[in-house]
Order: sequence, then C-alpha cells, then structure tokens
Amino acid sequence: MENQETPKKSRFKSINVDSTKYKTHLTKKYNLRKKWYKPNDNLITSFIPGTIIKVFVKEGQQVKKGEKIIIFEAMKMKNRVYAMKNGTIKNVNVKVGDMIPRGKVMIELD
Amino acid sequence: MSLKRKIRELQKRRQKVLEGGGEKAVEKQIAMGKLTARERIISLLDKNSFSEYDLFVEHEARDFDMDKKILHGDGVVIGTGTIHNKPVAIFAQDFTVAGGSLGLMHSRKITKIMDYALRMRMPLIGINDSGGARIQEGVNSLAGYGEIFFRNTLSSGVIPQISVIMGPCAGGAVYSPALTDFVFVVDKISKMFITGPEVIKTVLGEEISMEDLGGARVHSEITGNAHFFAYSEAESINQIKKLLSFIPWNNTEKPEKIKKKEPKKEFKIDQIVPDDPTLPYDVRTVIKAIVDDSDFFEIQEGWAANMVIGFGRLGGKTIGFVCNQPLVLAGVLDVDSSDKAARFIRYCDAFNIPIVTLVDLPGYMPGIDQEHAGVIRHGAKVLYAYSEATVPKITLIIRKAYGGGYIAMSSRHLRADFVFAWPGAEIAVMGPEGAANIIFRKEIKEADDPDKVRKQKIKEFKDKFANPYVAAAKGYIDAVIEPLETRSLILHAINISDNKGISGPKKKHGIPPF
Repeated sequence: MENQETPKKSRFKSINVDSTKYKTHLTKKYNLRKKWYKPNDNLITSFIPGTIIKVFVKEGQQVKKGEKIIIFEAMKMKNRVYAMKNGTIKNVNVKVGDMIPRGKVMIELD
Repeated sequence: MSLKRKIRELQKRRQKVLEGGGEKAVEKQIAMGKLTARERIISLLDKNSFSEYDLFVEHEARDFDMDKKILHGDGVVIGTGTIHNKPVAIFAQDFTVAGGSLGLMHSRKITKIMDYALRMRMPLIGINDSGGARIQEGVNSLAGYGEIFFRNTLSSGVIPQISVIMGPCAGGAVYSPALTDFVFVVDKISKMFITGPEVIKTVLGEEISMEDLGGARVHSEITGNAHFFAYSEAESINQIKKLLSFIPWNNTEKPEKIKKKEPKKEFKIDQIVPDDPTLPYDVRTVIKAIVDDSDFFEIQEGWAANMVIGFGRLGGKTIGFVCNQPLVLAGVLDVDSSDKAARFIRYCDAFNIPIVTLVDLPGYMPGIDQEHAGVIRHGAKVLYAYSEATVPKITLIIRKAYGGGYIAMSSRHLRADFVFAWPGAEIAVMGPEGAANIIFRKEIKEADDPDKVRKQKIKEFKDKFANPYVAAAKGYIDAVIEPLETRSLILHAINISDNKGISGPKKKHGIPPF
C-alpha cells in the first residue's frame, strides 16, 4: 500500500540546505548538472563545436592581448579567436582541419 | 445528371479523400504503432459525434511539379465533435499525406477550426504528426505557422488548448504545442525538436538519436515541454479524456461539479508525515488522503518532481494542487519547479479553479548551477503567479516552511484566503541548525566545547521558533489544525470562497518574469 511505504534507506541521498541535511531522492537532471569552473584566461577553449580553419601561432611564440590566434568555423560562421591577455603560447592542441567539440582547450598560454 | 448520380459522385469523392495517403502509407503508419488521423479523432470523441470539414480542400503549390500532385485534404483532418457530451474542435495532421507537411491550405484548415473553437468558446485539440513545413510552398508555409501561433496566443486563457504529439513535430511546428496549455506525448512515437539530429551532426558534429534528442521521455523528464506521458496512443487518449473531465470548457465557466465522494480509507492522513522535518514522505499520499475518492490526476509527473501539481476534487469541485514534494530534492524550490508551479497556478487562475497549496520545504535550492541558471528570475515567477491569482487560494503548512520558500508558497502575504498549519509546522527564516549557527556564531566559536554549545543553541531555537504559534500569533496563519480535520476544513474554505470577487488596479497586463 502506497501510504505504508517506508522507502529503503539505501535509495536515499541527502541534500544540504542551510546546514540541515535532508534525506531525499535526487533527480536525473540534478545528477546531470554541470560543474562550474573558474574562467581561466590562460586557456583558449571552443565555445561551440566546429572546425579549425587557420592557426596563426606556434608554441613558444609571444602574443599580445587582442592578437588573432585562430579562425574557427562553427554554424557556418568563421569566428576569429583573439588572445585574452599578453603571454607565451605554451601548447597548441589543434591543427587546421580538426573538428572539435565544445569546451575543448585549443591553446594554452603562459 | 440526376441528383442520385450526383450523390453517388459525392460519395466517390469522399471515399477517395478518406483513403488519405493510400494503402501503403497507411500500412507504414500502423506498423509504427500509430493510428491514422481519422482513427485518432474517432477514438477520442464520443461515438458518432465527429463532423469533418474541408474534405475537398486542395493545396496551392505550383512550383517543383507540385501542381501535378494531389494531396488528399492537404494532409490534415479538421472537424468538431463532442467529448463527455460537450462540444470540442479538433484537428489531426495526416502523416500519410505528404508526411503531414504544412502548406498554406493545410494551415488554413487548422486556423479555420481554431477560429471556430474560439468563437464557440470550446476546447481545441490538435493532434500533431507532421514532417514540418512543406518546403515547396516556401514562405507560405511559414505564414501558415505564424497564423497558428497567433491564434494559440489569442485563445490562451480563454479556451483550453490541448496538443497531442503523435509523431514528429519539428522545427517551427513545435511552437504551437509550446503555446498551448497541455502537451501529451507517447513513448517512442513523439519526437519534438527545433533542429533535428542530422543538422546537429552536420553543423556541430555531435551525434544523437531522435529519441535521445527529443523523444517523449526527454520532454517528460528533462525539458518539461510535455505534461502527460503515455506508453501507447490508446493510453494517451484516455489521459486527454480524463483531463477534460476536470477542466471547464472556457474561462467564463466553472469546472463541472460532480457527486462528492469520501477519500479511500487506506490513506490515513495522520500516519504519513514523519515528525523529523529532514525525513522524506510522498506528498501525493497526503493529497490522496484529502481529495474525493483519493483520485489525484498528476501533471508533469516526471519533470521537476520536487514540486507536485495536478487536479483533484473536493466536494465534487475541481481543485488545482500545488505541493512541495519532500521525497524528491527535499521539495526545494529551484528553476524548474518554480516554472512548473507558476505556469499551473496561472492555468488554474485563468480557468476559475481554486488552488490548494501544501507546503513543506527547506527553501530555495543552493548551488552555483541554480544561481547561474537564474533561480532569482524563475523563483520570482511563483511569487508573481500566486500574487496575481484571484481564484480561492487555500494553504496548508504541513511541516517546514522556511525563508523565501515560506513566502512563495501561497503565504498570507501574497493574499492567500486561508492559511492552515498542522501542529508540527515550523515557520522560520531558516531551519534551526542554520539559524543557530548564524545567531550564535560568536558564542559557539568561543565556547570550550563548541559542539555542545551548538547543539544547545539549536535546541533553544527549535523550542522557541520551530512551531506554528509564532506565525499564528501574528495572524499569518488562520488556524492550527489537526491532520484529521484537514479535509473538512479545506472543503469548508472552498465552499465559502465560491463567490470570491476581488480585483486589482486596472492595467493592460503585468510584466511577469517570463
């Protein structure tokens, strides 16, 4: 009978609201939620899946803030990607023609 | 030609159109577990009540050799009939005819029946099964969609609008269902998305199946676009009929009152809720212990399950229930549950359905994802919807009602008509643990045994504030009641609110935090 149901302990998880822990079920969507990361200016990441059309920099090269780094095609638009800060190119993780997913670190600066 | 021959010719013409897209196409349709458009209509409407119109409408496409093609009924069936002996307007797209694609005349048929529905103040039911815009008809098919969306909006809050997704419904077509009140989906048959898997693959390089992208389950559990999930078309049709038994036919009527029935004895209202406010229980059991015949018709069961919404009856009258669900995510308010509750409150308000709110929540959901997803904006929808609603509003605080959650869940301050609380109710800015940690931070920190002092302070706070009497002393709660008195008191409140009449300041419309 439904109202007599004492749900098995192991099925419950807990969530904490204002220092109190509540025993409860979690949802599929709750478990799928994305973790947040602090934005890092040293990493140039793809904001959308797409294709690398051109790479203007090499490892070890000095770049200035606002310098063109990559041309990246996504949604039929050729997007120019610029450096967010002055620095040295530490790693180039992509080459022309690569199809990359969203969130891929394309270039690492130092 | 004699009249007799003319009649025979009419019958022949009719017969031809009723074949739809032909035998092969119909076979294919059935093989997918689908009924044909007319079969769907007939199984939904009262027996022999269907009257079809625009049988002989022809499409107007002239380009790409389309002028040589005959599309029976232009891929859509429209008509009127009755459900529960009351009139309804209905259209069903016919996938067997050119994939149910929407061209100009197809859309004209749909808008014709939409106009009837609004003029006659009766519900509109749309059965969607279409490959989308008929590309050969170009901008005319876009115009068709636009005319449909406009009418959906015009009819919103005047007549009930029900969308049934029994096949693909892709691209712009999805916005008609999205504008209607209730969306019904069927497992493995319904597919809804703006951009399909193929485009996603070409443009973004991401691979996903239609089912994983926009199947019935996805819309019932992840997106919240669907309200009712069924395993078969037959089950879906029964759900539609059941929904229509609860709601009024237009915004000037009240729902039909039926014979009153007592709740089933097996639901014992005083034995469901654990004393400890951190322990879960299924709030639906409490609802079943309150409503007539223990019959609760839940809406959006699979999505944002930390909020339970749906219809039940009290004394034979339809009631909309809005309830925190401690069983899931502790019943917190978050982006999705706020959205779910707010829209339902507005539905009830538009269609003269009193709202009963059962409160048991720790507050709003903490988390970066929630803050960044706009829980402020979404949470505000609940405040807006409750404040704006002028139907009778009855609130029962079952256990905890903390912080912003207390205010949002139809509190006195948002003009609830009656606020009841069980003796175990705790109304406070936050739970005792959190409150003690803040108020006595210094004392706890400086104590020789911080844990002991913390526990002691928590107990102090609990003894003082973890009860309904502080709020009752201010008149924020009208009555502290025993669980066993719940049904009779809510019923009484509903009955004396029958002629509730209030109105706010005149305005064109407000600006809700959409």
